[in-house]
Amino acid sequence: MALKTWKELPIGCVVFEPGSASEYHTGSWRSQRPVWDNQKCIKCGICYVFCPEGCVQQTEDGFFQADMDYCKGCGICAHECWPKAIAMKEEE
Amino acid sequence: MGKRIGMEVAVAVAEAVGLCNIDMAAVYPITPQSHIAEHLSDLVADGHIDAEFVTVESEHSAMSAVIGASGAGARSFTATSSQGLMLMHELLPIASAMRLPICMAIANRAVSGPLNILNDHSDIMPQRDSGWISIFVENGQEAIDMSIIAFKIAEHKDVMLPVNVNIDGFQLTHMVEPFEMPSQEEVDKFLPPFVPHATLHPARPVTMGAFAMSDYFAEIMKAKDEALKNSKKVIVDVWEEWGKMFGRNYKLVETYKAEDAEVLMLTMGSMGETAQMAIDQLRAQGMKAGLVKLRLWRPFPFEEIKAAVKNAKKLIVTDRACSFGGPGGPVFSEIKSAMYAEAQRPLIYNYIYGLGGRDVPVNDFTGMFEKVMGDTANKLADTYEFWGVRE
Repeated sequence: MALKTWKELPIGCVVFEPGSASEYHTGSWRSQRPVWDNQKCIKCGICYVFCPEGCVQQTEDGFFQADMDYCKGCGICAHECWPKAIAMKEEE
Repeated sequence: MGKRIGMEVAVAVAEAVGLCNIDMAAVYPITPQSHIAEHLSDLVADGHIDAEFVTVESEHSAMSAVIGASGAGARSFTATSSQGLMLMHELLPIASAMRLPICMAIANRAVSGPLNILNDHSDIMPQRDSGWISIFVENGQEAIDMSIIAFKIAEHKDVMLPVNVNIDGFQLTHMVEPFEMPSQEEVDKFLPPFVPHATLHPARPVTMGAFAMSDYFAEIMKAKDEALKNSKKVIVDVWEEWGKMFGRNYKLVETYKAEDAEVLMLTMGSMGETAQMAIDQLRAQGMKAGLVKLRLWRPFPFEEIKAAVKNAKKLIVTDRACSFGGPGGPVFSEIKSAMYAEAQRPLIYNYIYGLGGRDVPVNDFTGMFEKVMGDTANKLADTYEFWGVRE
């Protein structure tokens, strides 16, 4: 997404397109990523409930994964996961 | 046709705002509020104007409410002073960044502490960098006129910025003065309906006041600075239009007997009228004294100020607030900055005066001129002094 110049900004920076925040990929902020160990996962969904970004999704087989476009790597899912199925791994 | 009336200035400002077809006003209804809000509430309650009058629990909420209402497309007004303005501080840059044409009357009063309540400019000066158009008026007539004009400037499609009209507390707001009140027909002719650049509406969803990170923040600040600078042209045009309609002409910088003056004084606000009397006295004594009155504080009229003061030998800048531990008065600081790169410029002196409502009679102004004229070695140039302070 090309960044606008100051002259191209709408007056008052009003956003006329609903839902356009989804174009902003906050995943670029991440320094650590959550990695699920499905051997330990009991499919309780607490990671899904606690993710402040709403980016944890359940897959067809019942396990969970994060949408890396939006996951900021906050680690709340790993902290809350009581079977300790989520590990935070350093990004390269 | 407008009619000639005598009225308390604060009440007259409310009457003038009442002519502007406002949709809403949000105010904190008790001290440090003035009769501006009190009389406006009467006008709404008595059915003279069809507007929502929202009384809120603080000035922070008053400014928040007018921001919301303006975002919804309502012509919105508020009034405050002193601590109330300080409490609004956090919201002021948001109103300007969102380009909401809110109009606010400020009955300028001293900021605590100590608790004072009387007139000076220490409430508006900390709001200087909030991105609002800031107008200072000299008398009741100007207060009325600017209260109406403010909406036209603010809502102009090339401006879309909030405007505050600074009316010296007590020294202006509580005076009973004669003036000409425009008629409803005249104001309707002058002031077109408000056409917002965007509105909050469920059928047309938009986001106002969105988050912006470092990749956009600087561009947004630059756009705001340019918008404020560009508003100067519209302000001049709208004042000209007002002059043609009502016969009262306003300039960014007014001068009085300044053309051949060797020593000039610069005032902002109601003190200009007293200073003018001092100029007459000094002229009668043969002194080449003159006066420059600054009406527009933001955007600052650099070119007009330069043109007005460049031929004088000495310039006395008067301030009604102090930038503590800094260069003296905020107006002084601005004028020095304006003249810094000029090859031809006067020596600049600064007197901080009239703080916390202290009376400034004519002989204080003549005293400042005499002191500056007596400074033959120019030792006092570029310095500031609290005028009349007990040593």
